[in-house]
Amino acid sequence: MNLLDTLLRCVAALVVFLTFPLIIGQTEHKVMAHMQGRLGPMYAGGFHGWAQLVADGVKFAQKEDVVPAEADRRVFQLAPAVSLLPYLIVLLAIPVGPDGFVGQAVDAGLFFVLAVLGVGVIGKLMAGWASANKFSLLGGLRTAAQLMSYELPMVLAAASVAMAAGTISLPGILGAFHWWWVPWQLIGAFVFFTAGLAELQRPPFDMPVADSEIIFGAYTEYTGLRFAFFLLSEYAGILVVSALTAVLFLGGWHGPMPEHLGWLWTILKTFALAFVVIWIRVTYPRLREDQLMRFAWTCLIPLALLQLAITGVVKVAIS
Amino acid sequence: MLLATAGPLDPATRSFLSPTGVEVVFLLVGLAVLGSAVITVTTKQLVHAALWLVVSLGGLAIEFLLLTAEFIAWVQVLIYLGSVVVLVLFGLMLTKAPIGRSPDADSGNRWVALGVALAAAGTLVTLVVDAFRTSWVDLGAGGGSTKVTGESLFRHWVLPFEALSVLLLAALVGAIVLSRTRDKRLPRPRAGKLRAGKPVGSNGPAARVTASTTPPQES
Repeated sequence: MNLLDTLLRCVAALVVFLTFPLIIGQTEHKVMAHMQGRLGPMYAGGFHGWAQLVADGVKFAQKEDVVPAEADRRVFQLAPAVSLLPYLIVLLAIPVGPDGFVGQAVDAGLFFVLAVLGVGVIGKLMAGWASANKFSLLGGLRTAAQLMSYELPMVLAAASVAMAAGTISLPGILGAFHWWWVPWQLIGAFVFFTAGLAELQRPPFDMPVADSEIIFGAYTEYTGLRFAFFLLSEYAGILVVSALTAVLFLGGWHGPMPEHLGWLWTILKTFALAFVVIWIRVTYPRLREDQLMRFAWTCLIPLALLQLAITGVVKVAIS
Repeated sequence: MLLATAGPLDPATRSFLSPTGVEVVFLLVGLAVLGSAVITVTTKQLVHAALWLVVSLGGLAIEFLLLTAEFIAWVQVLIYLGSVVVLVLFGLMLTKAPIGRSPDADSGNRWVALGVALAAAGTLVTLVVDAFRTSWVDLGAGGGSTKVTGESLFRHWVLPFEALSVLLLAALVGAIVLSRTRDKRLPRPRAGKLRAGKPVGSNGPAARVTASTTPPQES
């Protein structure tokens, strides 16, 4: 792999990172609006408000960058970057199509992705603590508790796929994929996707950022571009979790079309899952904190263990 | 584990004066790890200590990567950065995490701690230097891949691995025993249930409240 190739892949990942979350954000505006019987943004850019998020970005960039007087300045300013960058790095390892259509094929790709995703949460904890605000601290605490509860079912569900494929490299998993994996790993897919939603703190798992109770939790004190970075990290997170679920459980590039069009399937499945994420936000009310914890420990973890058992039994039976 | 996987030891001595790029990076990252570790234990700000620990542990993951132990590097990030540090930060925020210096963050044991740290470091350095001296370990690409690591872990080192898991299980059981409340007479709040009155919106309690607050007519 020469330098130009590496550079090209990095730039491609960066472009995806900068555009796809915006597309998801705009879709969220419009889908939510139509599900609630309204129109959503209609003016910016002319056609159905397509440039709304660009306008939002310009607005955020113009705002004053405020750091509270009592805050821990450096940690406060560093937090958005720590929260955002892991998603960019993860995008490099997600395979889009067959034959090396991936930023960088990592040997332990599944572990890499889960590990780096976990780092992003430290940024939210930093933001929650450094703001010197009780709502932020509450949000940070809830974030930490939620992450620790939902990391386990997520890893267990991912381990089930790794067991089925016999490898933890993401292209390797897709190479071993057969269509009957979808029903076989269905429980795991549910657990992984749900735990992913919880790690992103998307509704109905948005207790840590509950805007009507603790004023956006860890982000209470943020303004301008830094706040925009947190929002961007949320949408990049939706992209990453949807893409990962598509790759691990829905067969990524596999589909009824010529192989060289596989990347289209990956993108299609990713956006279908992103649509589900938005749909769930409009559909379900917010879970209370104790309900959140109970759901993880008494529902998702037993389900993930069940999926592991099923995977193991079937794997032994067919080999 | 690396030894078993990284190929034969090369008895030929090599010059240390013409380091490769990887070795230079390894040394630099090592210095960064050491520096952040020292700051972790000397800083007066509690949460900063935890955040410097992030830098230190992340640097260690990079060192593993440079030694081609890719799998171990990601496990390091997943377990230590993703879980242990988050747990530490959670604990700090739950108990006491003031912004700025905490004057009581100092311990009277620091000289003892320094002695223990120096003794441990001395033992390890002596051991490693004595074991390898000037022999050269060739690090081929893929020497620490998942496949190789898994094979050596579950073939050659399965007994220590299982012994460690038993140890962890014992710690887990111990933690549960310690955290249980001893007094059984205390009323325990049930999780997930509202304990006072009916939910807002049902007519029952509201009607009762108005009935009890309105003064009785005939008295």
